[in-house]
Amino acid sequence: MSNITNQSLSEILESINSKKISSLELTQAYIKNIENAKKLNAFVTTTFDQALENAKKFDNKPNNDQLLSGIPLAVKDLFCTENVKTTAGSNILNNFVPSYESTVTKNLWNNGAFLLGKLNCDEFAMGSSNETSFFGNVINPVGDHLVPGGSSGGSSSALAADLTPATIGTDTGGSIRQPASFTGTVGLKPTYGLCSRWGIVAFASSLDQAGPMTKTVNDCSIMLEAMSGFDEKDSTSINKKKESYSKNLKDNIKGLKIGIPKEYRVDNMPKEIDELWEKGKKILKDLGAQLIDISLPHTKYALPTYYIVAPAEASSNLARYDGVRYGYRSQKGKDLIEMYENTRSEGFGDEVKRRILIGTYVLSSGYYDAYYLKAQKVRQLIKKDFDDSFTKVDAILTPSTPSSAFKIGEKTNDPVSMYLNDIFTVPVNLAGLPALSLPAGLDKQGYPLGLQLIGKALDEQKILNIGYAFEKNCGYKNEIKKWWS
Amino acid sequence: MSLDKEKIKHVAKLARISVDEAKVDSLTKDLNSIFKFIEQLNELNTDKVEPLTSILNRSLRSRKDEINDGKIREKILKNSPKKNEEFFVVPKVVE
Repeated sequence: MSNITNQSLSEILESINSKKISSLELTQAYIKNIENAKKLNAFVTTTFDQALENAKKFDNKPNNDQLLSGIPLAVKDLFCTENVKTTAGSNILNNFVPSYESTVTKNLWNNGAFLLGKLNCDEFAMGSSNETSFFGNVINPVGDHLVPGGSSGGSSSALAADLTPATIGTDTGGSIRQPASFTGTVGLKPTYGLCSRWGIVAFASSLDQAGPMTKTVNDCSIMLEAMSGFDEKDSTSINKKKESYSKNLKDNIKGLKIGIPKEYRVDNMPKEIDELWEKGKKILKDLGAQLIDISLPHTKYALPTYYIVAPAEASSNLARYDGVRYGYRSQKGKDLIEMYENTRSEGFGDEVKRRILIGTYVLSSGYYDAYYLKAQKVRQLIKKDFDDSFTKVDAILTPSTPSSAFKIGEKTNDPVSMYLNDIFTVPVNLAGLPALSLPAGLDKQGYPLGLQLIGKALDEQKILNIGYAFEKNCGYKNEIKKWWS
Repeated sequence: MSLDKEKIKHVAKLARISVDEAKVDSLTKDLNSIFKFIEQLNELNTDKVEPLTSILNRSLRSRKDEINDGKIREKILKNSPKKNEEFFVVPKVVE
């Protein structure tokens, strides 16, 4: 048997369910990979003993009727895991051990999976390169000098390096799709409200959404099916019947209308991205889809809107880190106020502090109307752009990112240039829509590039189907050399 | 508009974050470049636009005001950096 960890989740599931391999053998194979990949710095915490025990438990009493029977999974360290340290990539949560499990991870475990470890990420999911983590940079397996994207950078790196068969991330402005694009993997940001936010360390509550990161579109549909579902504990959770995304996966996309928004051809976009987009259009056209030119006129205002809405919500959400109830507390300061100020100054990193200050400012007395209210109005216009387009098309095709993975340190001194990475992903979060990033090609340097499919709210099945057909006809092959082990 | 150092120190006070004097200059520069970027929104006339307050197009679900858990004091106190039996401990606030 070839190395099991090279395979897709669905192939691994077949091997488990046909007893070709035990859950214990599978788990041991991943543990070995993880131990050989310390250079990537993808993990903050590993839970090997617990994982081995769970694997043995499964093998002794296998239940193969579950979506993720006997599968070890590492998850982003933004999901609270009961009795396992959860840091959100921050010093302020460096010693935080939740007494409860997030709904999304609980759903995975209820479907037969178990925890392998917690994956590094940008601090409080604020970043596009995983360079803001208190636990250090994560390295992209594509090259030792490259960022893995962010904020789910530990997730993308671990997945691409075969350290977990699939994983989950969170996406507030592109934090699943951009790292997926940078590592040649599949990433889905579901419709806002499809996956519960309960037990996920909050960043910007009206934008945050958890989603799968996988090697194939089929794997993505399995993971989405396992993790999604109504949750009473999240007041924005959508109450609807659960769908069988994997069973309903079809590669026939004949007659579907695919929108091509002209505003996604931005100034200074590398020629390669344009060529990749053309290639994507051709594949879908050859499969019988109809390409339709559309306009999303407020696209250029999405990022400025995001950099008001997200920091505003973050400044409010992160007010809870006060050094009193949990997390880090500074020993400096003569009174309560100074204790708060020093705790938050020492506990948060520079990017998080920057965003809290932006958020506090735009919500402060005298500035609220000029910034926050203005942003809420523009958000309405951005959503309306999509609503109008979706009366004419079934899905929208765009590039996932304006470039391939960049070098570590290349953008750390210029926050705005870092923010521009999310130019194609952010509009989707503002409109609450689902979007899938698919590996689609390599640039001249051999680095992966992705294309994004945007769907109507709750139309995950359709973009998964288009992605499935695309994947079969794209011929993308992820050939990462294991230089780190 | 531009943010000066005094304004930034005031906002930091509101956010309960102490700012290192040595870092104020670079912070001022970064925040001003971000606000310059954000202020592109002023190009748009939004006088007749309703603000978007919820993406879900419906009001949030509410639940009955009933106790559904409890007796978890130990769990809640477990992660506290400083506690005394049943209480969180903070620096003295009254003389």
